[in-house]
Amino acid sequence: MKIAFTSEGTSWDSLIDPRFGRTENIVLFDEESKELTAVDNSAVKNDAHGAGTATAQKIFELKPDVLITGNGPGENAAKALKHIKMRIFVDANDLTVQQAYNNYKSGNLREV
Amino acid sequence: MTNPKPLKIAIASGKGGTGKTTLSTNLAAFIAEQDEVVLVDLDVEEPNSGLFFNGILTHEEDIFKMIPQWDESKCTLCGICPKVCNYHAVIQLGPTILVFPELCHSCYACSELCPVDALPMIPKKTGTLRDFQIEKLHFVESHLDIGEEQAVPLISKTKKYVARKYSHVSITIFDSPPGTSCLVMEATKDADFVILVTEPTPFGLHDLSLAVETMRALKKPFGVVVNRYGIGNDEVIHYCREENISILSKIPNKRKIAELYSSGKLMYRDFPEVKHSLSDILDYCITAVRGGIA
Amino acid sequence: MKEIVVISGKGGTGKTSITASFAMMGGSDVVVADCDVDAADMHLLMQPDFNFSEDFYSGEVAFVDQSNCISCGKCEDVCRFDAISVKKNLYVVDPLSCEGCGYCARVCPTKTIVNQERLAGKWFISKIKTGSIMVHARLGIGADNSGKLVAKVKNEAKEIAMEERKGFILVDGSPGIGCPVVSSLSGANFVVLVTETSVSGLHDLKRVYELVKKFNIKAGCIINKADVNPEKCSEIEQFLKENEIVHLTDLPYNENFTRAMVKGQTIVEYDHGELKELLNDGWEKIKNLVAN
Ligand code: SF4
Ligand code: SF4
Ligand code: SF4
Ligand code: SF4
Repeated sequence: MKIAFTSEGTSWDSLIDPRFGRTENIVLFDEESKELTAVDNSAVKNDAHGAGTATAQKIFELKPDVLITGNGPGENAAKALKHIKMRIFVDANDLTVQQAYNNYKSGNLREV
Repeated sequence: MTNPKPLKIAIASGKGGTGKTTLSTNLAAFIAEQDEVVLVDLDVEEPNSGLFFNGILTHEEDIFKMIPQWDESKCTLCGICPKVCNYHAVIQLGPTILVFPELCHSCYACSELCPVDALPMIPKKTGTLRDFQIEKLHFVESHLDIGEEQAVPLISKTKKYVARKYSHVSITIFDSPPGTSCLVMEATKDADFVILVTEPTPFGLHDLSLAVETMRALKKPFGVVVNRYGIGNDEVIHYCREENISILSKIPNKRKIAELYSSGKLMYRDFPEVKHSLSDILDYCITAVRGGIA
Repeated sequence: MKEIVVISGKGGTGKTSITASFAMMGGSDVVVADCDVDAADMHLLMQPDFNFSEDFYSGEVAFVDQSNCISCGKCEDVCRFDAISVKKNLYVVDPLSCEGCGYCARVCPTKTIVNQERLAGKWFISKIKTGSIMVHARLGIGADNSGKLVAKVKNEAKEIAMEERKGFILVDGSPGIGCPVVSSLSGANFVVLVTETSVSGLHDLKRVYELVKKFNIKAGCIINKADVNPEKCSEIEQFLKENEIVHLTDLPYNENFTRAMVKGQTIVEYDHGELKELLNDGWEKIKNLVAN
């Protein structure tokens, strides 16, 4: 399974970025290879318009199986994400990537 | 004077809550005692002038903007369209092109640059226009659909409707959105005269000075109405004097007025001084535009 | 660190005066973010020192570099916003009409149109009289508040709050229900809805609450000028009950709102009676609610 997190940083200790479209980074964890990678999203964050859809396009290209974020995607981004086969979990605000992952594993995150 | 040029007055303010809607509605109702008048609520994101009137709905229509529609059968998935849209209103997810109507600015770039004509432009509803009548008062309001982000096209189409339908009416009042954004510019840009409503407080002064800058950038003749005169201080008055801005009227501050406003009632009938103010304001606008002193 | 956002749907409800009072009571433990960038007034009550300022760019605007223009007229043809016209035999862009779609630059055969970043305003970091810090901004004339500036102001405030280990970020939120208010709300722990008892008050409250619900954020409400229209007031109370919104406090119609403002003071500095007490109650309740 490949798991994507919206995050303010690039490591396990980084906080989850509650925003979807304007997230600083997308952190990816590959459960098979145990590899943690990060994709910078600052270009999108600096767009005046359509940050949500642009980020959705990026996520699509990364092909994760699960997405973990804070507030949840806005209307337009949500519409885009429907076209991607992926489970989405929200309400990971104030958690680190590590904590969010643990909560997800123990079934303590809300799925949308 | 026979058949004078119709007069377009826009009422604006640096921010919400200064009594802009109160002034628009009262001024329109006051004029309608004698003459036919049109009041247009251009605060399309949150129109609420309508809360003050109980008119008869005479016309309702959907307002459209143009958006691209993906024709899957023609598309070669060349990848051009997502790259040319500066607003990320069209994206490509593998074999699918998705269009986000609310984000589209109708620039036609994707549609016309698509090499195989797979993104023809089609109309999409963005809001609803309603036209009411209460005796001599016509009241037009448009409501932006929830989720729609482009208010400018709706404002401009509402103005076009009014220009078409009411070219014979001698006075039209436009209630503009608050602020100094592109929406205010769109709402006020073809007015003959703009009334800026403010309060005599530090916030009022600060917002007024921004609104004045906007009007000067647009090269619009304008004047100021000071609402709730008596609260706060005289700095707004001093500012106008220094900047050579005419004060059309000062509407006194009374708790009773606030109460009437809060219950959605027109107030000028109960307050001779308010009625006076309205008549001053109207006279000023008419002379300023027709007499050319603005 | 907890983030509290104050919004009201429409202006004129006393939201900024109330937020400034909370900032005052919270003192040095509260970083303030003024995200009401369309009508950024809070600094008038906070004695900011404008210690740091930076230009803010958002979106693009086209510019014709005349040197290579062959006057083919393609740019004028494709522009749907009538932003390009011929003036004194030169093709020029009117920056106020340009939407920054970038179409003209794509079709210009000599590549002589460039898209420049649009200067949309300025943002500031200031020390304020509460002993804390405020991040604020000013939007340029005709610039649209895209939500990006709001995001910027909030982010800076958040970083400062983290670095200095402050307890709270207090956000004066944007008006309306569009993109800017969405940016104001995103990431918040608690929302304070300020409304007043007018015909439009409840109407605006309902619209903005729709958004808050979507974000799943705990909310409380302050009814300002509650005594002006008792009937409306009970309608609002009914709405709060139905939606399980915490009724934080009622404030009466009181001209000390304005008197304090004229002095450049927050209400709690100027008023030592009823208003101060009510606001204090409200703030204590909010702190308790965000704590758990
Ligand atoms: S530009 Fe036209 S052909 Fe190319 S991907 Fe888009 S719709 Fe398909
Ligand atoms: S018309 Fe313009 S704004 Fe709309 S989707 Fe196409 S490129 Fe984007
Ligand atoms: S960027 Fe778009 S709106 Fe601006 S001038 Fe070029 S075509 Fe017109
Ligand atoms: S498209 Fe380019 S070359 Fe042609 S008129 Fe415009 S700026 Fe000049």
